[in-house]
Amino acid sequence: MPSLKDVKMKIVGVGKTKQITKAMNMVASAKLRGAQSRIERFRPYAAKYRQVLAELSRKVEGSAHPLLAEHEEKKNCAIVMVTSDRGLCGSFNGNIIGQGLKLAKEKTDVGMTVSFACVGRKGRDAARKSGYDMLTSYGDRMGSIDFALASSVAQEVIHGYETLVYDEVWLIYGEFVSMGQQPPRCLCLLPLKTPEAEEEPMKSGGAHCEYLYEPKEEKLLAELLPRYVKVQVYRGLLDTSASEHAARTAAMDNATRNCNEMITALTLLYNKTRQASITSELIDIVGGAEALNG
Amino acid sequence: MGTLQLEVVTPDKTVVSAEAEMVVCPGVEGEFGVLPQHVSLLSALKIGSMSYRVNGKDEKVFISGGFADVNNNVMTVLAESAEQASDIDAARAQAARDRAERRLAARDEAVEATRAEAALQRAIMRLNIAGLR
Repeated sequence: MPSLKDVKMKIVGVGKTKQITKAMNMVASAKLRGAQSRIERFRPYAAKYRQVLAELSRKVEGSAHPLLAEHEEKKNCAIVMVTSDRGLCGSFNGNIIGQGLKLAKEKTDVGMTVSFACVGRKGRDAARKSGYDMLTSYGDRMGSIDFALASSVAQEVIHGYETLVYDEVWLIYGEFVSMGQQPPRCLCLLPLKTPEAEEEPMKSGGAHCEYLYEPKEEKLLAELLPRYVKVQVYRGLLDTSASEHAARTAAMDNATRNCNEMITALTLLYNKTRQASITSELIDIVGGAEALNG
Repeated sequence: MGTLQLEVVTPDKTVVSAEAEMVVCPGVEGEFGVLPQHVSLLSALKIGSMSYRVNGKDEKVFISGGFADVNNNVMTVLAESAEQASDIDAARAQAARDRAERRLAARDEAVEATRAEAALQRAIMRLNIAGLR
């Protein structure tokens, strides 16, 4: 039986942990709102971009752009992995890293050399430990992501693809589906697949026959494609950031609940211990009185 | 004369959403104007100032290059960054200009130079637009 003082200290300790997890929960959910609204604001841009690109690529079908062309010989593969900088967000980072390593293994099995480019400290550390080549890494940037960051990551892989250093580029990030769901997503970044115009192909029937292009279609496409890669990377960054906060909110909520349960159990133990000690003291007193009387 | 719906969007937000009477854009092959009922058009834009008229008043927006899409009387400008004249941070642009000039003066690498030149152009354009308000 633990002493009364031990139990008391344990209760205080768990209470303090609870304070921290609760604070982290609130901070994460406030940050989540910010991240979500950024995704919201990015959406019109991405949607329009996809639409314009789909329209244009339908026009210039057949003309090969270096970013669209598949390399015949596939030897090198780059994986861009986006994770968070900090832990304490459940299995979120673990899932992404697991997915990344799985993909890396698949590629190695078919004889390709894999190198990683990482955004986020967790992914960087894991990739480093796994022994794969590290292309670039951006640690401690998830708190301040902007388009420039996506741009420089994308620029690097685009350059590598164009100069035939890489034959495939993949993007792995935590997709933000909902508060409770942030599955890791694998996306083939290069060779680029032009988006299909799924949603509402441009209205008013024959309108797109008389589209004016300035400069010529091929040149426009050459401008649009690299930026589309950047748009996709930026999307990965935004999604991961929102997912991270959602995962942390959930994890910390869980932790706070567990703390509550523990405190209840410990308080019960504390009371029992207290009663037990009172009872034994009483027995002592009664026993002593009996002895005197007897 | 009618109006056309103008949207200027960047990855971070929608900068302008207005019913414009006229828009003038810095296209890569020269400035061009867009009036309501313009034929469908897709054009690349260079760094520059875009102006549009709402209720007879001209407004200016800084554009750091991008694309303009006109279709069905809706004009969408996709830019990596865009700022209304009143939102331009003149001090920051000034600092950026000085930095770019210093870098150009140092001139160590060709890649660096093109980037610095683009930065310089952006800064000068921002200052121009800010100066006009």
